[in-house]
Amino acid sequence: MTGRIAANDTGPAPAARLRGALGWNSVSWLVVIVLAAAWEGLARSGIVTAFMLPPLSVVLKTILHDAQTGDLFANLGLTLYRALAGFAIATAAGIVLGIAIARVGVVRWFFDPIISVGFPMPKIAFLPIVVLWFGFHDVSKIAMVVFDAAFPVLTATIAATHAVERELLWSARSMGASDRQILHEVVLPAALPEVLTGLQVALPIALIVCIVAEMKMGGVGLGGAMITASRFADSPGVFAGIVEIAVVGYLLIKGMTLLRRRLLAWHSESQAPATA
Amino acid sequence: MRYLPLVLLALLWEAAARLGIVSAADLPPLSNVIVAWFGMIKSGELLTNGAASLYRAGAGLLLAIVIGGGLGVAMAWWRPVNAVLSPIVEALYPLPKSALIPVTALWLGFGDGSKILLIFLGCMIPVTIGAFNGARGCDRALIWSARSMGASRLRVLSDIVVPSALPEMLNGIRTALALSFVLLVSAELIVSREGFGYMIGFLGSAGAYDAMFAVVLTVAFLGFAADRSYQRLMSWMLLWRVA
Repeated sequence: MTGRIAANDTGPAPAARLRGALGWNSVSWLVVIVLAAAWEGLARSGIVTAFMLPPLSVVLKTILHDAQTGDLFANLGLTLYRALAGFAIATAAGIVLGIAIARVGVVRWFFDPIISVGFPMPKIAFLPIVVLWFGFHDVSKIAMVVFDAAFPVLTATIAATHAVERELLWSARSMGASDRQILHEVVLPAALPEVLTGLQVALPIALIVCIVAEMKMGGVGLGGAMITASRFADSPGVFAGIVEIAVVGYLLIKGMTLLRRRLLAWHSESQAPATA
Repeated sequence: MRYLPLVLLALLWEAAARLGIVSAADLPPLSNVIVAWFGMIKSGELLTNGAASLYRAGAGLLLAIVIGGGLGVAMAWWRPVNAVLSPIVEALYPLPKSALIPVTALWLGFGDGSKILLIFLGCMIPVTIGAFNGARGCDRALIWSARSMGASRLRVLSDIVVPSALPEMLNGIRTALALSFVLLVSAELIVSREGFGYMIGFLGSAGAYDAMFAVVLTVAFLGFAADRSYQRLMSWMLLWRVA
Protein backbone atom coordinates (compact mmCIF):
# COMPACT_ATOMS: atom_id res chain seq x y z
CA MET A 1 0.00 0.00 0.00
CA THR A 2 1.56 3.24 -1.06
CA GLY A 3 0.33 6.77 -1.41
CA ARG A 4 -2.38 8.71 0.31
CA ILE A 5 -5.14 7.31 -1.82
CA ALA A 6 -4.25 3.75 -1.04
CA ALA A 7 -4.37 4.58 2.66
CA ASN A 8 -8.05 5.40 2.28
CA ASP A 9 -8.84 2.18 0.52
CA THR A 10 -11.32 0.15 2.51
CA GLY A 11 -10.58 -2.90 0.28
CA PRO A 12 -12.06 -6.38 0.62
CA ALA A 13 -9.19 -7.88 2.59
CA PRO A 14 -10.81 -9.02 5.90
CA ALA A 15 -13.87 -10.55 4.28
CA ALA A 16 -11.81 -12.27 1.62
CA ARG A 17 -9.54 -13.68 4.32
CA LEU A 18 -12.49 -15.00 6.25
CA ARG A 19 -13.96 -16.64 3.19
CA GLY A 20 -10.56 -18.15 2.49
CA ALA A 21 -10.31 -19.44 6.06
CA LEU A 22 -13.69 -21.10 5.95
CA GLY A 23 -13.54 -22.18 2.33
CA TRP A 24 -16.43 -19.77 1.74
CA ASN A 25 -15.52 -19.23 -1.86
CA SER A 26 -17.37 -22.39 -2.66
CA VAL A 27 -20.82 -22.02 -1.17
CA SER A 28 -21.58 -25.48 0.03
CA TRP A 29 -24.77 -26.86 -1.42
CA LEU A 30 -25.57 -28.51 1.86
CA VAL A 31 -25.85 -25.08 3.50
CA VAL A 32 -28.19 -23.87 0.78
CA ILE A 33 -30.39 -26.94 1.21
CA VAL A 34 -30.48 -26.65 5.01
CA LEU A 35 -31.35 -22.95 4.85
CA ALA A 36 -34.02 -23.55 2.22
CA ALA A 37 -35.55 -26.25 4.41
CA ALA A 38 -35.36 -23.96 7.46
CA TRP A 39 -37.11 -21.19 5.51
CA GLU A 40 -39.87 -23.51 4.33
CA GLY A 41 -40.28 -24.99 7.82
CA LEU A 42 -40.37 -21.63 9.59
CA ALA A 43 -42.90 -20.24 7.11
CA ARG A 44 -45.16 -23.30 7.38
CA SER A 45 -44.87 -23.58 11.18
CA GLY A 46 -47.18 -20.61 11.75
CA ILE A 47 -44.67 -18.73 13.94
CA VAL A 48 -44.65 -16.00 11.29
CA THR A 49 -47.51 -15.14 8.97
CA ALA A 50 -47.32 -15.99 5.27
CA PHE A 51 -47.27 -12.24 4.63
CA MET A 52 -44.13 -11.74 6.73
CA LEU A 53 -42.38 -14.74 5.24
CA PRO A 54 -44.07 -16.63 2.42
CA PRO A 55 -42.94 -20.27 2.14
CA LEU A 56 -40.04 -20.80 -0.24
CA SER A 57 -42.16 -23.12 -2.38
CA VAL A 58 -44.67 -20.30 -2.95
CA VAL A 59 -41.85 -17.92 -3.81
CA LEU A 60 -40.36 -20.40 -6.27
CA LYS A 61 -43.80 -20.84 -7.84
CA THR A 62 -43.97 -17.05 -8.28
CA ILE A 63 -40.58 -17.08 -9.99
CA LEU A 64 -41.65 -19.94 -12.24
CA HIS A 65 -44.84 -18.10 -13.16
CA ASP A 66 -42.83 -14.95 -14.00
CA ALA A 67 -40.51 -17.07 -16.10
CA GLN A 68 -43.46 -18.51 -18.04
CA THR A 69 -44.97 -15.11 -18.75
CA GLY A 70 -41.53 -13.82 -19.73
CA ASP A 71 -41.57 -10.99 -17.14
CA LEU A 72 -38.62 -12.54 -15.34
CA PHE A 73 -36.40 -12.43 -18.43
CA ALA A 74 -37.46 -8.90 -19.35
CA ASN A 75 -36.64 -7.65 -15.85
CA LEU A 76 -33.47 -9.70 -15.55
CA GLY A 77 -32.19 -8.77 -19.00
CA LEU A 78 -32.69 -5.06 -18.48
CA THR A 79 -31.10 -5.05 -15.03
CA LEU A 80 -28.11 -7.05 -16.24
CA TYR A 81 -27.71 -4.82 -19.28
CA ARG A 82 -27.66 -1.66 -17.13
CA ALA A 83 -25.41 -3.10 -14.44
CA LEU A 84 -22.92 -4.66 -16.85
CA ALA A 85 -22.82 -1.68 -19.22
CA GLY A 86 -22.11 0.57 -16.24
CA PHE A 87 -19.56 -1.88 -14.92
CA ALA A 88 -17.77 -2.03 -18.29
CA ILE A 89 -17.58 1.76 -18.55
CA ALA A 90 -16.45 2.06 -14.92
CA THR A 91 -13.75 -0.54 -15.57
CA ALA A 92 -12.40 1.15 -18.68
CA ALA A 93 -12.54 4.65 -17.21
CA GLY A 94 -11.24 3.54 -13.81
CA ILE A 95 -8.22 1.74 -15.23
CA VAL A 96 -7.25 4.50 -17.65
CA LEU A 97 -7.70 7.27 -15.09
CA GLY A 98 -6.04 5.18 -12.37
CA ILE A 99 -2.91 4.63 -14.43
CA ALA A 100 -2.85 8.32 -15.36
CA ILE A 101 -3.15 9.29 -11.69
CA ALA A 102 -0.38 6.93 -10.67
CA ARG A 103 2.00 8.03 -13.42
CA VAL A 104 1.30 11.70 -14.18
CA GLY A 105 1.99 14.27 -11.47
CA VAL A 106 -0.57 16.91 -12.46
CA VAL A 107 -3.36 14.38 -12.79
CA ARG A 108 -2.48 12.98 -9.38
CA TRP A 109 -2.41 16.45 -7.83
CA PHE A 110 -5.89 17.18 -9.15
CA PHE A 111 -7.63 13.86 -8.49
CA ASP A 112 -6.01 12.70 -5.25
CA PRO A 113 -8.09 14.92 -2.93
CA ILE A 114 -11.22 14.36 -5.01
CA ILE A 115 -10.90 10.59 -4.68
CA SER A 116 -10.03 10.66 -1.01
CA VAL A 117 -13.11 12.80 -0.30
CA GLY A 118 -15.27 10.86 -2.76
CA PHE A 119 -14.37 7.37 -1.60
CA PRO A 120 -16.17 7.40 1.78
CA MET A 121 -19.14 9.42 0.48
CA PRO A 122 -22.52 7.73 0.08
CA LYS A 123 -22.59 8.17 -3.70
CA ILE A 124 -26.15 6.93 -3.98
CA ALA A 125 -27.22 10.31 -2.54
CA PHE A 126 -26.36 11.78 -5.95
CA LEU A 127 -29.00 9.63 -7.66
CA PRO A 128 -31.58 12.45 -8.05
CA ILE A 129 -28.88 14.70 -9.54
CA VAL A 130 -27.94 11.96 -11.99
CA VAL A 131 -31.62 11.62 -12.89
CA LEU A 132 -31.86 15.37 -13.37
CA TRP A 133 -28.94 15.27 -15.79
CA PHE A 134 -29.56 12.05 -17.67
CA GLY A 135 -33.33 11.58 -17.53
CA PHE A 136 -35.40 8.65 -16.34
CA HIS A 137 -34.26 6.00 -18.78
CA ASP A 138 -31.33 3.61 -19.07
CA VAL A 139 -28.68 6.30 -19.34
CA SER A 140 -29.22 7.67 -15.84
CA LYS A 141 -29.13 4.22 -14.25
CA ILE A 142 -25.97 3.32 -16.15
CA ALA A 143 -24.41 6.66 -15.19
CA MET A 144 -25.19 6.04 -11.52
CA VAL A 145 -23.58 2.58 -11.76
CA VAL A 146 -20.48 4.08 -13.38
CA PHE A 147 -20.20 6.76 -10.70
CA ASP A 148 -20.38 4.23 -7.86
CA ALA A 149 -18.46 1.31 -9.37
CA ALA A 150 -15.57 3.41 -10.70
CA PHE A 151 -14.16 4.16 -7.23
CA PRO A 152 -12.99 0.66 -6.27
CA VAL A 153 -11.51 0.16 -9.76
CA LEU A 154 -9.76 3.51 -9.54
CA THR A 155 -8.22 3.01 -6.09
CA ALA A 156 -7.16 -0.57 -6.89
CA THR A 157 -5.53 0.53 -10.15
CA ILE A 158 -3.67 3.38 -8.47
CA ALA A 159 -2.38 1.15 -5.68
CA ALA A 160 -1.46 -1.61 -8.14
CA THR A 161 0.40 0.71 -10.50
CA HIS A 162 2.33 2.22 -7.58
CA ALA A 163 3.25 -1.23 -6.36
CA VAL A 164 4.85 -2.43 -9.62
CA GLU A 165 8.37 -3.41 -8.66
CA ARG A 166 10.99 -0.82 -9.56
CA GLU A 167 13.38 -3.58 -10.61
CA LEU A 168 10.97 -4.70 -13.33
CA LEU A 169 10.72 -1.16 -14.70
CA TRP A 170 14.48 -0.63 -14.54
CA SER A 171 15.29 -3.89 -16.26
CA ALA A 172 12.77 -3.26 -19.01
CA ARG A 173 14.15 0.24 -19.53
CA SER A 174 17.78 -0.86 -19.49
CA MET A 175 16.91 -3.38 -22.17
CA GLY A 176 15.64 -0.49 -24.28
CA ALA A 177 11.86 -0.69 -23.85
CA SER A 178 9.88 2.41 -24.81
CA ASP A 179 7.33 4.02 -22.45
CA ARG A 180 4.56 2.42 -24.42
CA GLN A 181 6.12 -1.01 -24.26
CA ILE A 182 6.71 -0.64 -20.53
CA LEU A 183 3.07 0.24 -20.00
CA HIS A 184 1.75 -2.64 -22.08
CA GLU A 185 4.22 -5.36 -21.23
CA VAL A 186 5.31 -4.54 -17.68
CA VAL A 187 2.93 -2.25 -15.82
CA LEU A 188 -0.40 -3.65 -17.00
CA PRO A 189 0.41 -7.36 -16.45
CA ALA A 190 2.10 -6.64 -13.11
CA ALA A 191 -0.87 -4.57 -11.93
CA LEU A 192 -3.49 -7.00 -13.22
CA PRO A 193 -4.04 -9.13 -10.08
CA GLU A 194 -4.80 -6.13 -7.87
CA VAL A 195 -6.86 -4.42 -10.58
CA LEU A 196 -8.94 -7.60 -10.85
CA THR A 197 -9.47 -7.48 -7.08
CA GLY A 198 -10.86 -3.97 -7.57
CA LEU A 199 -13.17 -5.29 -10.30
CA GLN A 200 -14.35 -8.06 -7.98
CA VAL A 201 -15.35 -5.40 -5.45
CA ALA A 202 -16.96 -3.21 -8.13
CA LEU A 203 -19.15 -5.85 -9.77
CA PRO A 204 -21.56 -6.48 -6.84
CA ILE A 205 -21.68 -2.71 -6.29
CA ALA A 206 -22.69 -2.26 -9.94
CA LEU A 207 -25.53 -4.76 -9.55
CA ILE A 208 -26.93 -3.33 -6.34
CA VAL A 209 -26.63 0.32 -7.36
CA CYS A 210 -28.52 -0.53 -10.53
CA ILE A 211 -31.23 -2.26 -8.48
CA VAL A 212 -31.52 0.65 -6.01
CA ALA A 213 -31.78 3.10 -8.92
CA GLU A 214 -34.52 0.92 -10.42
CA MET A 215 -36.31 0.82 -7.06
CA LYS A 216 -36.25 4.61 -6.92
CA MET A 217 -37.41 5.15 -10.49
CA GLY A 218 -39.67 2.13 -10.96
CA GLY A 219 -40.39 0.57 -14.34
CA VAL A 220 -38.94 -2.59 -15.85
CA GLY A 221 -36.03 -4.27 -14.05
CA LEU A 222 -35.52 -6.43 -10.96
CA GLY A 223 -35.54 -3.42 -8.61
CA GLY A 224 -38.62 -1.88 -10.20
CA ALA A 225 -40.49 -5.19 -10.04
CA MET A 226 -39.63 -5.60 -6.35
CA ILE A 227 -40.74 -2.14 -5.34
CA THR A 228 -44.00 -2.56 -7.28
CA ALA A 229 -44.59 -5.85 -5.46
CA SER A 230 -43.84 -4.15 -2.14
CA ARG A 231 -46.30 -1.32 -2.85
CA PHE A 232 -49.04 -3.85 -3.63
CA ALA A 233 -48.15 -5.81 -0.46
CA ASP A 234 -47.35 -8.79 -2.72
CA SER A 235 -44.88 -10.46 -0.41
CA PRO A 236 -44.15 -13.55 -2.57
CA GLY A 237 -43.22 -11.06 -5.31
CA VAL A 238 -40.81 -9.22 -3.01
CA PHE A 239 -39.15 -12.42 -1.83
CA ALA A 240 -38.98 -13.66 -5.42
CA GLY A 241 -36.92 -10.54 -6.13
CA ILE A 242 -34.60 -11.30 -3.20
CA VAL A 243 -34.03 -14.86 -4.42
CA GLU A 244 -33.43 -13.67 -7.99
CA ILE A 245 -30.96 -11.01 -6.87
CA ALA A 246 -29.13 -13.48 -4.63
CA VAL A 247 -28.80 -15.98 -7.49
CA VAL A 248 -27.76 -13.38 -10.07
CA GLY A 249 -25.27 -11.84 -7.63
CA TYR A 250 -23.82 -15.24 -6.82
CA LEU A 251 -23.44 -16.14 -10.52
CA LEU A 252 -21.80 -12.81 -11.32
CA ILE A 253 -19.31 -13.18 -8.46
CA LYS A 254 -18.59 -16.76 -9.53
CA GLY A 255 -18.10 -15.69 -13.14
CA MET A 256 -15.69 -12.99 -12.06
CA THR A 257 -13.67 -15.54 -10.07
CA LEU A 258 -13.46 -17.82 -13.11
CA LEU A 259 -12.42 -14.89 -15.31
CA ARG A 260 -9.71 -14.02 -12.79
CA ARG A 261 -8.35 -17.56 -12.83
CA ARG A 262 -8.27 -17.50 -16.62
CA LEU A 263 -6.66 -14.09 -16.97
CA LEU A 264 -4.07 -14.92 -14.31
CA ALA A 265 -3.31 -18.44 -15.59
CA TRP A 266 0.31 -17.31 -15.98
CA HIS A 267 0.48 -15.85 -12.46
CA SER A 268 1.84 -17.70 -9.44
CA GLU A 269 -1.51 -17.40 -7.58
CA SER A 270 -3.10 -19.74 -10.16
CA GLN A 271 -0.28 -22.24 -9.96
CA ALA A 272 -0.78 -22.68 -6.22
CA PRO A 273 -2.95 -25.69 -5.35
CA ALA A 274 -6.58 -24.62 -5.38
CA THR A 275 -8.04 -24.16 -1.92
CA ALA A 276 -11.61 -23.56 -3.02
CA MET B 1 -3.14 23.34 0.18
CA ARG B 2 -3.82 19.69 -0.46
CA TYR B 3 -7.48 20.39 -1.04
CA LEU B 4 -6.84 23.19 -3.56
CA PRO B 5 -8.26 21.08 -6.44
CA LEU B 6 -11.57 20.92 -4.59
CA VAL B 7 -11.62 24.71 -4.32
CA LEU B 8 -10.86 24.92 -8.04
CA LEU B 9 -13.71 22.53 -8.73
CA ALA B 10 -16.07 24.70 -6.67
CA LEU B 11 -14.98 27.84 -8.55
CA LEU B 12 -15.40 26.02 -11.86
CA TRP B 13 -18.91 25.00 -10.81
CA GLU B 14 -19.85 28.57 -9.89
CA ALA B 15 -18.37 29.96 -13.12
CA ALA B 16 -19.96 27.34 -15.38
CA ALA B 17 -23.38 28.00 -13.90
CA ARG B 18 -23.03 31.82 -13.83
CA LEU B 19 -21.65 32.12 -17.35
CA GLY B 20 -24.44 29.94 -18.71
CA ILE B 21 -22.10 27.20 -19.97
CA VAL B 22 -24.55 24.78 -18.37
CA SER B 23 -28.16 25.67 -17.71
CA ALA B 24 -28.94 26.85 -14.17
CA ALA B 25 -31.72 24.25 -14.08
CA ASP B 26 -29.17 21.46 -14.46
CA LEU B 27 -26.54 22.93 -12.20
CA PRO B 28 -27.59 25.78 -9.90
CA PRO B 29 -24.65 28.05 -9.01
CA LEU B 30 -22.83 26.96 -5.87
CA SER B 31 -23.61 30.29 -4.19
CA ASN B 32 -27.35 29.67 -4.62
CA VAL B 33 -26.90 26.21 -3.16
CA ILE B 34 -25.20 27.69 -0.11
CA VAL B 35 -27.99 30.26 0.30
CA ALA B 36 -30.55 27.45 0.08
CA TRP B 37 -28.61 25.51 2.71
CA PHE B 38 -28.75 28.40 5.20
CA GLY B 39 -32.43 28.83 4.41
CA MET B 40 -33.13 25.22 5.33
CA ILE B 41 -31.07 25.52 8.50
CA LYS B 42 -33.05 28.59 9.52
CA SER B 43 -36.41 26.98 8.80
CA GLY B 44 -35.31 23.94 10.76
CA GLU B 45 -36.13 21.50 7.90
CA LEU B 46 -32.59 20.27 7.57
CA LEU B 47 -32.21 19.78 11.30
CA THR B 48 -35.43 17.83 11.90
CA ASN B 49 -34.84 15.59 8.88
CA GLY B 50 -31.19 15.26 9.78
CA ALA B 51 -32.10 14.24 13.32
CA ALA B 52 -34.46 11.57 11.96
CA SER B 53 -31.72 10.22 9.70
CA LEU B 54 -29.03 10.25 12.34
CA TYR B 55 -31.31 8.51 14.83
CA ARG B 56 -31.98 5.71 12.34
CA ALA B 57 -28.37 5.29 11.31
CA GLY B 58 -27.13 5.55 14.89
CA ALA B 59 -29.61 3.06 16.32
CA GLY B 60 -29.04 0.54 13.51
CA LEU B 61 -25.29 0.87 13.73
CA LEU B 62 -25.22 0.60 17.52
CA LEU B 63 -27.28 -2.59 17.45
CA ALA B 64 -25.05 -3.96 14.70
CA ILE B 65 -21.89 -3.23 16.68
CA VAL B 66 -23.14 -4.69 19.97
CA ILE B 67 -24.84 -7.77 18.54
CA GLY B 68 -22.48 -8.30 15.60
CA GLY B 69 -19.39 -7.90 17.75
CA GLY B 70 -20.78 -10.27 20.36
CA LEU B 71 -21.69 -12.85 17.72
CA GLY B 72 -18.28 -12.64 16.06
CA VAL B 73 -16.43 -13.23 19.34
CA ALA B 74 -18.87 -15.99 20.33
CA MET B 75 -18.39 -17.70 16.96
CA ALA B 76 -14.64 -17.70 17.45
CA TRP B 77 -14.82 -18.81 21.10
CA TRP B 78 -17.48 -21.55 21.06
CA ARG B 79 -17.39 -24.06 18.25
CA PRO B 80 -21.12 -24.96 18.41
CA VAL B 81 -22.08 -21.29 17.99
CA ASN B 82 -19.86 -21.16 14.95
CA ALA B 83 -21.44 -24.30 13.52
CA VAL B 84 -24.93 -22.82 13.84
CA LEU B 85 -24.24 -19.22 12.86
CA SER B 86 -21.62 -19.44 10.13
CA PRO B 87 -24.07 -20.88 7.53
CA ILE B 88 -26.40 -17.96 8.20
CA VAL B 89 -23.62 -15.39 7.96
CA GLU B 90 -22.38 -17.23 4.89
CA ALA B 91 -25.80 -17.00 3.25
CA LEU B 92 -26.33 -13.34 4.15
CA TYR B 93 -22.81 -12.24 3.24
CA PRO B 94 -23.09 -12.13 -0.57
CA LEU B 95 -26.68 -10.84 -0.65
CA PRO B 96 -26.65 -7.11 -1.39
CA LYS B 97 -28.30 -5.60 1.68
CA SER B 98 -30.08 -2.83 -0.24
CA ALA B 99 -32.15 -5.61 -1.83
CA LEU B 100 -33.83 -5.96 1.57
CA ILE B 101 -35.33 -2.43 1.40
CA PRO B 102 -38.70 -3.63 0.06
CA VAL B 103 -38.74 -6.49 2.59
CA THR B 104 -38.12 -4.30 5.65
CA ALA B 105 -40.72 -1.88 4.30
CA LEU B 106 -43.16 -4.77 3.96
CA TRP B 107 -42.47 -5.88 7.53
CA LEU B 108 -42.24 -2.61 9.40
CA GLY B 109 -43.74 0.02 7.15
CA PHE B 110 -42.36 3.38 6.09
CA GLY B 111 -41.14 4.66 9.44
CA ASP B 112 -38.02 4.40 11.58
CA GLY B 113 -38.31 0.66 12.29
CA SER B 114 -37.75 -0.51 8.72
CA LYS B 115 -34.62 1.67 8.32
CA ILE B 116 -33.16 0.64 11.67
CA LEU B 117 -33.72 -3.04 10.85
CA LEU B 118 -32.18 -2.64 7.41
CA ILE B 119 -29.10 -0.83 8.72
CA PHE B 120 -28.76 -3.31 11.57
CA LEU B 121 -28.91 -6.33 9.20
CA GLY B 122 -26.53 -4.81 6.68
CA CYS B 123 -23.97 -3.47 9.13
CA MET B 124 -23.93 -6.52 11.37
CA ILE B 125 -22.15 -8.67 8.77
CA PRO B 126 -18.88 -6.70 8.47
CA VAL B 127 -18.71 -6.21 12.26
CA THR B 128 -19.29 -9.93 12.89
CA ILE B 129 -16.68 -10.93 10.32
CA GLY B 130 -14.16 -8.47 11.76
CA ALA B 131 -14.71 -9.60 15.34
CA PHE B 132 -14.59 -13.25 14.29
CA ASN B 133 -11.31 -12.84 12.39
CA GLY B 134 -9.75 -10.81 15.18
CA ALA B 135 -10.77 -13.22 17.93
CA ARG B 136 -9.67 -16.23 15.91
CA GLY B 137 -6.32 -14.63 15.21
CA CYS B 138 -5.74 -14.21 18.94
CA ASP B 139 -2.29 -15.37 20.03
CA ARG B 140 -2.63 -18.90 21.49
CA ALA B 141 0.44 -18.42 23.68
CA LEU B 142 -1.29 -15.53 25.48
CA ILE B 143 -4.32 -17.69 26.24
CA TRP B 144 -2.15 -20.55 27.48
CA SER B 145 -0.08 -18.34 29.76
CA ALA B 146 -3.17 -16.67 31.22
CA ARG B 147 -4.76 -20.07 31.82
CA SER B 148 -1.62 -21.47 33.40
CA MET B 149 -1.52 -18.45 35.70
CA GLY B 150 -5.01 -19.35 36.86
CA ALA B 151 -7.27 -17.03 34.85
CA SER B 152 -10.82 -18.31 34.42
CA ARG B 153 -12.17 -18.88 30.92
CA LEU B 154 -14.39 -15.81 31.26
CA ARG B 155 -11.40 -13.74 32.32
CA VAL B 156 -9.42 -14.96 29.31
CA LEU B 157 -12.34 -13.99 27.09
CA SER B 158 -12.64 -10.46 28.47
CA ASP B 159 -8.95 -9.69 29.00
CA ILE B 160 -7.33 -11.41 26.03
CA VAL B 161 -9.73 -12.49 23.32
CA VAL B 162 -11.84 -9.32 23.16
CA PRO B 163 -8.86 -6.92 23.13
CA SER B 164 -7.20 -9.04 20.42
CA ALA B 165 -10.37 -8.93 18.36
CA LEU B 166 -10.62 -5.16 18.70
CA PRO B 167 -8.38 -3.96 15.82
CA GLU B 168 -10.07 -6.13 13.18
CA MET B 169 -13.48 -5.43 14.64
CA LEU B 170 -12.82 -1.68 14.48
CA ASN B 171 -11.96 -2.13 10.81
CA GLY B 172 -15.22 -3.97 10.29
CA ILE B 173 -17.06 -1.13 12.01
CA ARG B 174 -15.47 1.31 9.58
CA THR B 175 -16.93 -0.64 6.66
CA ALA B 176 -20.24 -0.77 8.53
CA LEU B 177 -20.20 2.99 9.10
CA ALA B 178 -19.86 3.69 5.38
CA LEU B 179 -22.51 1.07 4.63
CA SER B 180 -24.93 2.61 7.13
CA PHE B 181 -24.94 5.89 5.19
CA VAL B 182 -25.51 4.08 1.89
CA LEU B 183 -28.35 1.96 3.27
CA LEU B 184 -29.92 4.92 5.07
CA VAL B 185 -29.95 7.18 2.02
CA SER B 186 -31.10 4.39 -0.33
CA ALA B 187 -33.96 3.38 1.97
CA GLU B 188 -35.01 6.98 2.58
CA LEU B 189 -34.92 7.78 -1.14
CA ILE B 190 -37.19 4.86 -1.91
CA VAL B 191 -39.62 4.50 1.01
CA SER B 192 -39.78 7.28 3.57
CA ARG B 193 -41.59 10.39 4.69
CA GLU B 194 -38.71 12.12 6.43
CA GLY B 195 -34.94 12.12 6.58
CA PHE B 196 -32.13 13.30 4.29
CA GLY B 197 -32.89 10.79 1.54
CA TYR B 198 -36.56 11.72 1.54
CA MET B 199 -35.66 15.43 1.32
CA ILE B 200 -33.35 14.83 -1.63
CA GLY B 201 -36.02 12.93 -3.53
CA PHE B 202 -38.79 15.33 -2.58
CA LEU B 203 -36.88 18.51 -3.43
CA GLY B 204 -35.76 16.95 -6.71
CA SER B 205 -39.29 16.10 -7.83
CA ALA B 206 -40.49 19.53 -6.67
CA GLY B 207 -37.87 21.18 -8.89
CA ALA B 208 -36.11 22.92 -5.97
CA TYR B 209 -32.72 21.99 -7.35
CA ASP B 210 -30.58 24.39 -5.35
CA ALA B 211 -32.02 22.99 -2.11
CA MET B 212 -31.64 19.44 -3.44
CA PHE B 213 -27.96 20.01 -4.21
CA ALA B 214 -27.54 21.48 -0.73
CA VAL B 215 -28.92 18.34 0.94
CA VAL B 216 -26.91 16.01 -1.32
CA LEU B 217 -23.70 17.86 -0.47
CA THR B 218 -24.61 17.80 3.23
CA VAL B 219 -25.07 14.02 3.19
CA ALA B 220 -21.90 13.51 1.16
CA PHE B 221 -19.95 15.69 3.57
CA LEU B 222 -21.37 13.91 6.62
CA GLY B 223 -20.37 10.54 5.15
CA PHE B 224 -16.86 11.78 4.54
CA ALA B 225 -16.59 13.50 7.95
CA ALA B 226 -17.90 10.43 9.77
CA ASP B 227 -15.25 8.26 8.12
CA ARG B 228 -12.46 10.71 8.97
CA SER B 229 -13.56 11.15 12.60
CA TYR B 230 -13.90 7.42 12.97
CA GLN B 231 -10.34 6.93 11.70
CA ARG B 232 -9.16 9.37 14.39
CA LEU B 233 -11.13 7.55 17.06
CA MET B 234 -9.83 4.21 15.87
CA SER B 235 -6.17 5.17 16.05
CA TRP B 236 -6.79 6.68 19.51
CA MET B 237 -8.47 3.49 20.69
CA LEU B 238 -5.56 1.40 19.44
CA LEU B 239 -2.87 3.55 21.10
CA TRP B 240 -2.23 0.77 23.63
CA ARG B 241 -0.95 -1.49 20.92
CA VAL B 242 2.80 -1.61 20.50
CA ALA B 243 3.28 -0.22 17.03
